[in-house]
Amino acid sequence: MTVKELAETLDLKPLAEPDTEREAKGCYAGDLLSWVMGRASADEVWVTIMTNLNIVAVATLADVSCVIVAEEAEIAADVVAKALEKGVNLYTSPLSTYALCAKLSTLV
Amino acid sequence: MLAACFTKTDCPEVVCSMADFVRLEYDIDGENFTSAGEASVKVKRSLRQMGFDPETIRKVSVSMYEGEINMVIHADGGKATVDIYDDRIVIVLADRGPGIPDIDLAMQAGYSTAPDNIRSLGFGAGMGLPNMAKYTDEMKIESEVGVGTTVTMVVKV
Ligand SMILES: Nc1ncnc2c1ncn2[C@@H]1O[C@H](COP(=O)(O)OP(=O)(O)OP(=O)(O)O)[C@@H](O)[C@H]1O
Ligand SMILES: [Mg+2]
Repeated sequence: MTVKELAETLDLKPLAEPDTEREAKGCYAGDLLSWVMGRASADEVWVTIMTNLNIVAVATLADVSCVIVAEEAEIAADVVAKALEKGVNLYTSPLSTYALCAKLSTLV
Repeated sequence: MLAACFTKTDCPEVVCSMADFVRLEYDIDGENFTSAGEASVKVKRSLRQMGFDPETIRKVSVSMYEGEINMVIHADGGKATVDIYDDRIVIVLADRGPGIPDIDLAMQAGYSTAPDNIRSLGFGAGMGLPNMAKYTDEMKIESEVGVGTTVTMVVKV
């Protein structure tokens, strides 16, 4: 499904939506950036609790379809601005990483 | 062939555009942690413009990003040079940081000397150098304690 459909289905809170027609395929969950860089595949949904600016570079380079920040962790305005600038779809959700992944497993 | 279709006007980072390769150069700012990774993002964009396949682009981006972050976290910044040939991409990351005393140890998955404040940002898994080795066809680390480190990586197209 597209990122847009996914966001609606999971009731995600949108922070940056520069490219929502993108197809989301598969999922990777993780907070250690080098693991994500090495293991996440293109078009996957990345679920994390990390919120610093570096997640935007990692999302861009790993070419994930969107980033979902779990546990409604707070995200600074500069991170949102950077996500928009780099074309990274960025969402938050009150759900835990586990709960998000459990739902994602039947969706993407 | 490459150089002809990719000139300085397309990309300000191009420092020379010779018959058989295009060179991109970047100064990596060791002070600015939040902009770390930008050179890699620019290289990715350039490779995309030049029409490289997604797999090659991914290999170059991942390995260059890890090396770039290492220069920022462990070495106070440095210089990145990317030479793009038709059949390979050569990335050279050179810094004047503290050097790596034991390269075999540093290459081990999970080994990291990253301080706590860096770890809290999601770095310090000790997976950067292993990722670089995994995603490149050739990798060489030259390092002298107190002098600096130069990492050379080759990705074949
Ligand atoms: N350019 C460098 N200068 C000095 N030391 C370095 C440099 N690059 C790597 N190192 C040393 O090698 C260790 C391992 O590097 P590696 O990239 O694998 O892991 P890390 O940077 O600690 O964590 P991660 O990359 O997973 O975020 C580092 O912790 C550091 O001690
Ligand atoms: Mg590293």
